Amino acid sequence: MTNLLKSENPSLRWLGFGMIALALIALPFALQWAGTAWVRIANLAVLFALLSVGLNIVVGFAGLLDLGYIAFFAVGAYTYALLASPHFGLHLPFYVILPICAAVACLFGVLLGAPTLKLRGDYLAIVTLGFGEIIRILMNNLSQPINITNGPQGITGIDNFTFFGFDFGKKEEIFGFEWSGPLKYYFLLVAILMLAVMVNFRLKNSRIGRAWEAIREDEIAARAMGIDTTKMKLLAFAMGASFGGVAGGIFSALQGFISPESFVLGESIIVLAMVVLGGMGNIWGVVLGAVLLSFVPEILRYTVEPFQKMVLGQVWIEPEIIRMLLFGLALVLMMLYRPAGMLPSAVRKRELAKEE
Amino acid sequence: MKNIILKADHVTKHFGGIKALTDVSFEIPQGSIYGLIGPNGAGKTTFFNVLTGIYTPDEGSFIFDGKSLTGLKPSDVCAAGIARTFQNIRLFSNLSALENVMIGRHVRTRAGIWGAMLQTKATRDEEAAIEVRAREILDYVGVAHRANDLAKHLSYGDQRRLEIARALATDPKLLALDEPAAGMNATEKLGLKTLIEKIRKDGMTVLLIEHDMKLVMNVVDQLVVLEYGKSIAEGLPRDVQNNQKVIEAYLGVSDEDMEKAQAEEVQ
Repeated sequence: MTNLLKSENPSLRWLGFGMIALALIALPFALQWAGTAWVRIANLAVLFALLSVGLNIVVGFAGLLDLGYIAFFAVGAYTYALLASPHFGLHLPFYVILPICAAVACLFGVLLGAPTLKLRGDYLAIVTLGFGEIIRILMNNLSQPINITNGPQGITGIDNFTFFGFDFGKKEEIFGFEWSGPLKYYFLLVAILMLAVMVNFRLKNSRIGRAWEAIREDEIAARAMGIDTTKMKLLAFAMGASFGGVAGGIFSALQGFISPESFVLGESIIVLAMVVLGGMGNIWGVVLGAVLLSFVPEILRYTVEPFQKMVLGQVWIEPEIIRMLLFGLALVLMMLYRPAGMLPSAVRKRELAKEE
Repeated sequence: MKNIILKADHVTKHFGGIKALTDVSFEIPQGSIYGLIGPNGAGKTTFFNVLTGIYTPDEGSFIFDGKSLTGLKPSDVCAAGIARTFQNIRLFSNLSALENVMIGRHVRTRAGIWGAMLQTKATRDEEAAIEVRAREILDYVGVAHRANDLAKHLSYGDQRRLEIARALATDPKLLALDEPAAGMNATEKLGLKTLIEKIRKDGMTVLLIEHDMKLVMNVVDQLVVLEYGKSIAEGLPRDVQNNQKVIEAYLGVSDEDMEKAQAEEVQ
């Protein structure tokens, strides 16, 4: 499959893309047949892929370890929620809000980036981790003296995406086929993800992308070669954050309800795990990591209990425990056998390869 | 009289009690090959780091091409026209030779984030131009045949040349080379000498730190000698070679001379 996509022959390459497109179009209908819940899971998977693609800019391209990435997701989610819910009585259309989400998250990205410019590696990770927690705690407490975020109760009744009367949340019949809300969202989400992937590829193969790579490889040499590392690092944080902000806005609309609970440290770690597991720096690898880490736990949730009941007569191990066990096992196996991720980026593969 | 491209004016840099550079002044004429020599720990590399903005001098300043470099960041110094190589090679080792040189073009190109995302015609043209120029430069230093190999897989001599190529890609007026011949064999050194002379012929000024006396004395027009962070001699190679202080710095002082000096001090 990947060979097809990399083929020199353009018609073969288009065949590869066509097959993927067909699979992406057919997938939700198959899932719908299994239950609308599965389409919802697919939507979350695409959303997490969008998040991972954003984090990949910061971690994969520029090499800045960010453990608080979920903060930008939170900022985007709250931006959407405040501008499209009864909380403030504002109901702006989504195509107006999503750019605002990106802009606000971008601002927060710069806000985080500016004080951390001199930090590297572990130290940067700790500061970003703290930043993620600060945002969550802020959301939890910004209900006084003026009620902005409604504190731990969160914000309810968030608007669905509507486009001139076309409601993404409503079930309706189109072309003689019943389209559930999640099914409609699915296609929008995939379109947005494809756009994000394209932007990511273009950044990677640009002057800016090369500057990021240079910073990751050797910051002092990069500076001596005329790369303004301050500007480029801020740009990486800002770009990554914008992706997170857009994903957050979509999350808000998908769920209809958000609270600080959704933006805990664990979520940052999961997104980072998606990037690392998939293959830091490799855009398709990151998408694959996100999809796998979103689907596998859900599959377990639906299979572990019935399976144990069937075979053992009762539930011995909770699905959640199995999930963590498998997750740990997967990480250990990855470290041993594929340290650069499932689909390693060319550069990472070289870095981790033994010296010849 | 020739124009002065770089003027070091009473440059001083101390690290706590260590006087890495004290009151170093000299002038580099445009279009020359200028040597900077001295025993290990004399402050040569510190001088490069102060010059290129990695450290800020405690006192003194640099006038480059008529403008002061004081307070400029390393990237601004590079933009002003000073490119350097490193004593311990600092290539982007997991990137190809071509990519290394393409990164060097960064400072002379403009495409921003929007251009990259939208892939405008200007961006695509610039991108193509970057690659063409990078290949030219690789060819110029003689590593074109390794363009697609990773920097870390190049031979030591080729890595040194690639570092020069990356520096040349920034279109410098002054090329500062920090021990480019270190670790090279005799043939490679000869090739390096030819390359440095070619670079000068093409209009650039070269500032050269080098330990290999044979190479230095053969290639430079003028040089300055540092010892313990102070400049102890300056001038043409043949004058410096015969300078008593320089000979002492490199070879040490004979017992006889030492006694004589001590006797003088007592008196």
